[in-house]
Amino acid sequence: MRIDAKGMHYRPMNKMIRDAVAAGEKEFELDNIGGQRYIGGGLNDSVKITINGTPGNDLGAFMNGPRIVINANAQDGIANTMNAGEIIVHGSVGDIIGYGMRGGKLYIKGDAGYRVGIHMKEYKKQVPVIIAGGTAGDFFGEYMAGGIMILLGMNGKSPIVGDYVGTGMHGGVIYIRGKVNPYSLGKEVNCLELNEEDKKLIGSYLKEYCEHFGFDLVEVMSGNFTKLVPLSHRPYGNLYVY
Amino acid sequence: MESQLPAEFMVNVDHERCRRCKRCVINCSFSAIEFKDKVTPNHRLCVACHRCATFCPEGAITITENPLEYKYGYNWTPEIRKNILKQAESGGIILTGMGNPRPYPIYWDHMLIDACQVTNPSIDPLREPMELRTYLGAKPECVEFDSEHISLETELAPQVKLDIPVVFAAMSYGAISLNAHKALAMAAKRMGTLMNTGEGGLHEELASYTDRIIVQVASGRFGVTSKYLNNSALVEIKIGQGAKPGIGGHLPGEKVGEDISKTRMIPVGTDALSPAPHHDIYSIEDLSQLIYAIKETTDYKKPVSVKIAAVHNVAAIASGIVRAGADIVMIDGFRGGTGAAPMVIRDHVGIPIELALAAVDERLRQEGIRNRASILVGGSIRQSADVVKAIALGADACVIGTASLIAMGCRVCQKCYTGNCAWGIATQKPELVRRLNPEIAADRLCNLLTAWGHEIQEVLGSLGINAIESLRGSRERLRGVGLPQEALDILGIKHAGIGQ
Repeated sequence: MRIDAKGMHYRPMNKMIRDAVAAGEKEFELDNIGGQRYIGGGLNDSVKITINGTPGNDLGAFMNGPRIVINANAQDGIANTMNAGEIIVHGSVGDIIGYGMRGGKLYIKGDAGYRVGIHMKEYKKQVPVIIAGGTAGDFFGEYMAGGIMILLGMNGKSPIVGDYVGTGMHGGVIYIRGKVNPYSLGKEVNCLELNEEDKKLIGSYLKEYCEHFGFDLVEVMSGNFTKLVPLSHRPYGNLYVY
Repeated sequence: MESQLPAEFMVNVDHERCRRCKRCVINCSFSAIEFKDKVTPNHRLCVACHRCATFCPEGAITITENPLEYKYGYNWTPEIRKNILKQAESGGIILTGMGNPRPYPIYWDHMLIDACQVTNPSIDPLREPMELRTYLGAKPECVEFDSEHISLETELAPQVKLDIPVVFAAMSYGAISLNAHKALAMAAKRMGTLMNTGEGGLHEELASYTDRIIVQVASGRFGVTSKYLNNSALVEIKIGQGAKPGIGGHLPGEKVGEDISKTRMIPVGTDALSPAPHHDIYSIEDLSQLIYAIKETTDYKKPVSVKIAAVHNVAAIASGIVRAGADIVMIDGFRGGTGAAPMVIRDHVGIPIELALAAVDERLRQEGIRNRASILVGGSIRQSADVVKAIALGADACVIGTASLIAMGCRVCQKCYTGNCAWGIATQKPELVRRLNPEIAADRLCNLLTAWGHEIQEVLGSLGINAIESLRGSRERLRGVGLPQEALDILGIKHAGIGQ
């Protein structure tokens, strides 16, 4: 199904998509998208949505299955509380992406804004993954409870990541391609070097990532990665007295 | 470090009457009673939950406050000294449970309800129909009818029917047991009201009750999926809680067992941390974004509620919430309960629900947007009279947390956060959870609501009205006693003794 979204409000457009999905439609191409919110929100089927233009906030919120390809930049709140599916952004994204994300993949070619992957979590086989090719702002992985985040810093900008990285982190793992200033790290984070298992793990995701965006996997993998893990699964366990 | 804390309570065992059946030993979940030739209490561990005294077949146990606890001081109260000792021994934030016990003014107890005499007849609820039904959800500015076919032309926002204007408060599976959750769900279904998952997700065994369940979305987003949002009566975004405005919640890892892990969708044994704010909500516009993300996900079929704690600027915040698109505003007063909160927050932060409710209702009316959202209030609704007064002040319905726990057997010992609840309510230990029979607890909850329903009908009859909706916002039917003028002005009521 092809929708020309020029001048269309998100509400009738998303309703069209929901109704078509219910009727069995599997593929959507949305043209002239300009800031329409909540695309793919709450969809449970494994449909494919291609977006031509810049979609609005909360793309893929509560989403559970679809694959969305965005041929432009995207805005804030992508993959909010997403449960499963795949979002591929051929550009940069705004703030608070992957908030409370519990599964699926979010691949970003360019930069990400502030508060990426806050309270991302995992449950059994559901391990969410966020990869961004450029840099990210402050509060990267704050309160992170599970999942994998990889930041590649391939645009030459510095610093790769802002301050308060992994503050309150109590699960999951962050890989950053480059050095992170110790003063930029949250107090609850431990900084490690990669072992063979780590390399295998990120290698498998980065292979997929590089295929999407045409990057050279060998070059991406040749960077010096920093691994960040939580010091404790219970960072605030001793704060209280009964 | 050796503790200098004296015992708070004394467990007095009448050994003449005790027949050494050890039932008290088995029942005490705080290890305060042992058996060494005879029943031997360890007074320091007693929390006064009354489980032993209730189950002693001989009535041989009484619990009293430790009379020699501390020397009397009006300023340096025993509680303050106890807290200092605790912190000197630990360096920790003092954690507590349930509602604020401090003697702040309770405005409900300073308001009196009107009644009819001679000139306007009262109604006998035993003979006349008396309607307690109400609907939660946004109401239109006006309604248009097709007069030919006598049908409604105005498109209505989704509504949730309540047969009684009392809803069970948000208490998560984790804070309370699955048996307690089951009891609340069964009672909600039977009584035509609602229960609320809190932020702990929905256990699969409650699937058949989802049309009577409010599902909560809090900052931790535990167990929140599109299925969870759609299997509900309505969806509530939790911003704040009366007992702990402005702070988050920590469910300790030891309570996250297999079942809770499944419901919250997090690994076994990890802390379930709810950050203080939703990190995607820093403004009314951001809140609106989440409200509509939920509406999109539920195809605009579910009302969306926003729950906030009653704080100083509550009226302006509530106005923003309504303008952000919420169908319901839930306001939780500072006496509201909690499974665990820092004592400094619970006892000192927020404002009373009576004043917050009056301020919010007044503000929304002034701005002409009162119809756009229902108002739910909680934070220590203790009796049917409180419900009547709240509705007269402008609420659509009330929520009860502590009152529902007491109905199930809670003795308000305020040790919910320990996970040792002897009554099987605020615990996840299987041997304790078993103590709460969900069927019996549901019966007790239904009895409580039935009794309150009758009482509310009696009061409505004496007021000369036959529907709860006729009382809403009818502040002329309330009078204040012993309140300063400023409080009367905020409540929008006259002092007792003043006629029309």
